[in-house]
Amino acid sequence: MAIASVAHTGPAAPPPVPPGRRRSLTPYLLLLPGIAWLTIFFVVPIVTLFGTSLQVPAEGGETGVFVQAFRFANYVDAVTEYWAQFSRSFVYAGIATVLALAIGYPLAYMIAFKAGKLRNLLLVLVVAPFFASFILRTIAWRQILADEGFVVSSLKWLHVIPQTATVTASAVAVVAGITYNFLPFMTLPLYASLERIDPRLLEAGSDLYGNGFTVFRKVTFPLSLPGVVAGTLLTFIPAAGDYVNAALLGRQPGTAMIGNVVESRFFRIVDYPTAASLSFVLMAAILVLVFLYIRKAGTEELV
Amino acid sequence: MADDTGGDLHLRDVTKSFGTFTAVDDLTLTIPQGSFFALLGPSGCGKTTTLRMIAGLEEPTAGSITLGERDITHAKPYKRPVNTVFQNYALFPHLDIYENVAFGLRRRRAKDVDKQVMEALALVELPHLARRKPGQLSGGQQQRIALARAVVNRPHVLLLDEPLGALDLKLRRQMQIELKRIQTEVGLTFVHVTHDQEEAMTMADTVAVMNNGRIEQMGAPSELYEAPSTTFVANFLGQSNLVTGRRIAADAEAVTVLCHGQTLHVPVSRCGTEDVDVLLGVRPEKIHLGGEAQEVAAGLNSFAGGIVSDASFMGVSTQYLVRLPWGQDLTVFAQNRGIGEQYPVGSRVTLSWEPAHTFALAGDATAGVESDVAVPVG
Amino acid sequence: MTTTVTTPGGTAGPRAARPAPSAPALLRARRWLGRNALRIYGAVAFAYLFTPIAYITVFSFNDGGRSNLVWRGFTLKNWANPCGAPEVCSAVGNSLKIGITATLIATVLGTMVAFALGRHRFRGRTATNLVLFLPMATPEVVLAASLLTLFLQLAPIGIQLGVTTIVIAHVMFCLSFVVVTVKARIAGLDPRLEQAAADLYATEWQAFRRITLPLVAPGIAGGALLAFSLSFDDFIITNFVSGNVNTFPKFVYVSAQRGIPAQAYVIGAFMFFLALTIVLVADIVRRRRAPK
Repeated sequence: MAIASVAHTGPAAPPPVPPGRRRSLTPYLLLLPGIAWLTIFFVVPIVTLFGTSLQVPAEGGETGVFVQAFRFANYVDAVTEYWAQFSRSFVYAGIATVLALAIGYPLAYMIAFKAGKLRNLLLVLVVAPFFASFILRTIAWRQILADEGFVVSSLKWLHVIPQTATVTASAVAVVAGITYNFLPFMTLPLYASLERIDPRLLEAGSDLYGNGFTVFRKVTFPLSLPGVVAGTLLTFIPAAGDYVNAALLGRQPGTAMIGNVVESRFFRIVDYPTAASLSFVLMAAILVLVFLYIRKAGTEELV
Repeated sequence: MADDTGGDLHLRDVTKSFGTFTAVDDLTLTIPQGSFFALLGPSGCGKTTTLRMIAGLEEPTAGSITLGERDITHAKPYKRPVNTVFQNYALFPHLDIYENVAFGLRRRRAKDVDKQVMEALALVELPHLARRKPGQLSGGQQQRIALARAVVNRPHVLLLDEPLGALDLKLRRQMQIELKRIQTEVGLTFVHVTHDQEEAMTMADTVAVMNNGRIEQMGAPSELYEAPSTTFVANFLGQSNLVTGRRIAADAEAVTVLCHGQTLHVPVSRCGTEDVDVLLGVRPEKIHLGGEAQEVAAGLNSFAGGIVSDASFMGVSTQYLVRLPWGQDLTVFAQNRGIGEQYPVGSRVTLSWEPAHTFALAGDATAGVESDVAVPVG
Repeated sequence: MTTTVTTPGGTAGPRAARPAPSAPALLRARRWLGRNALRIYGAVAFAYLFTPIAYITVFSFNDGGRSNLVWRGFTLKNWANPCGAPEVCSAVGNSLKIGITATLIATVLGTMVAFALGRHRFRGRTATNLVLFLPMATPEVVLAASLLTLFLQLAPIGIQLGVTTIVIAHVMFCLSFVVVTVKARIAGLDPRLEQAAADLYATEWQAFRRITLPLVAPGIAGGALLAFSLSFDDFIITNFVSGNVNTFPKFVYVSAQRGIPAQAYVIGAFMFFLALTIVLVADIVRRRRAPK
């Protein structure tokens, strides 16, 4: 009967035609408030940020007063001075992204293919840590991994790490914190693309003499690529701009990332032009990377 | 809507284009009130677009649609006395069955909603499912609810868009009979769109065969089958054997055609072309298969010197492929009545049939040949 | 392969002499491990995900005073009186007020944009998608810095950093997420349902009100929940545009230097368990409604 019903569904149904509405004002009215909000509070600020990045301190003025001078050399100064923090941001974010992928992929795979009835529950549990404050979770890690704390002392006692090692206020702690905090951003899109894979494709793969690993490499992984692209971007972008992990788990200035510099230039040193040019360079660098990455991965559909 | 007078549905010179593609091309059609009308054609022939224009879901690029005296060409879908049974049913998943059926009545603020809904559910024999959600119903049940939801509004025209397409074969047969019963009971005009020739022929009073946005032929099912007027219809509706020939003579009653050295006759009324080059057609079940030595009765059309190249036993009948001396294979259905001979592959046979079962056409012998169309059995 | 030189008798002997049941038992254990490796991995991964949550929950019961760094004994008094540390409560109050306002605005505006994208054809679709995508592809610190430069330039006309500027910022970064969530739901909707409604005498407004809106509602609710959790938990942008207004994440960050009161842990644990309960209850209700 199953075969009969498949055979007799006839020629494929024509794709549902979206309602053939003529051009009207309705879509523009619907778009207006939202897009206006984004224009005024996203596009315009980016322009003012660019404007600010070219300013110089006012002659003989007090702190925090700047005048427009179109000084593009601000960018050269900023990048030269904070080259270390820039590269650190990208290296930390890159390592954390790779780690999150390594941890998140098997987790997403397990939920998609092995969880059975628990699937929805486990999915909720992946997101659940989000709801306990991001800052609190980071501080909890600081306490848990404290050098005098239980975990580090046990590891030392077991000689897993050298007796002289410190975890507190190290680059390792910062990268670990970033990895932890953005893991759900990696796991969810991975799950979404793995879940869409028809298990029959995997069976067909093994039926055609692929062993477990070959099936994974030739069928599962390529099909989950959109999830890998989305997950790595959703992890890498916020990670590169993050300064909370570096501030709470790291040590200044040794593990400072570019976000920390922007923050201190704004609030402690009150040097808006430098902060603005740093932000602008960060945004441009990330957009270029994202663009190249998407081109390379061949996935246009992100949103 | 009860306040309208109803009447026949007229489509006049209706054209619908999507960009450069013309889906429906200058279509003129009258569907009499109370008839069961089928629009039959392969996918992409424009039948669904025609239906959507009658429903008001598409607007014609040119032409007019009137229902009785009323021009509905540009009326909004919710302002026409026309309802649709959608392909895949389009039942509202968040409303229960009762509310699905009551939907149209409530929009028009009808009285006696409860009575009418229960009557409609009784008509499709599912009143016990009133409080279920569509997701809890089987395909066949959903199909009936979609029908009840449309019929309850007593539209002047009920449109059915491949309503049985998603059902399996057995259920389809059952629903065909059911639909026909309901149509007779409520007396509405049914316009049924389908690509299944058997479905169209079983249910409809009138069938219009569509191809490339135009109607190829329209008429009663038996008329279309026995006397197709184009090769497309001959091939799309059932199977046909078409053999090329030349007209050599004609009198008041019959046309004489020379086919590969054999003289054959076609009644003038069944000759659809004035050309010299014709395609001579005969349905496979009309052909009698005889042994090489058997005498062909006088007055019959016949081809001698055939060799059985394939014989498939199909239960009620056997389908033979007979290779003729000029290399063409003709199909022959022989009823398995237990009398008459069986011809194994390789047998030499003679084919014969009544001139009255012959038809002559112009055009392309392969138009409308669909390899996946089921051969009617028995 | 390179280390053993085998003679037929030499290896066969000892192997055959092994106690028979032990080999299958070992094999069974290995097979079991092979089958369940992923599940075991999952358990470990979840333990990792929940370690800080466990820490937060445990220390919300700590009789630890102001700093709450070392375990000093179990107490319920933090839970009984979360306002025992007054700044905690006022910060949470601000966060709730900001979160609810920003969620309402972002959900309404985002849903409108999603409908425009999902149900209409219009010029400028690419530009619209770009304006929606860019805020999601821009690091928070850049959004924060750019908004701050705008607000600083507007200071002369009376724009003060505070609750209003925080709400403005939160709506801005939540909007795109609401659009994406609602749009996905609209895309999954069969357009024939709306056509069926129109066919059954529903005007455009009635079809929207009775069919489209109820069917898209779960997507809108999801978008709102996402917006609220993003807003409630946001630190980086809030920190830049809040002036001297305190929110919960900002309070925790600032007090991290001198020690976080246990009441903050109570709030963290409470939000976690509340959210978990809401999601689980919603899931159970959904399953009850659509048994199949």
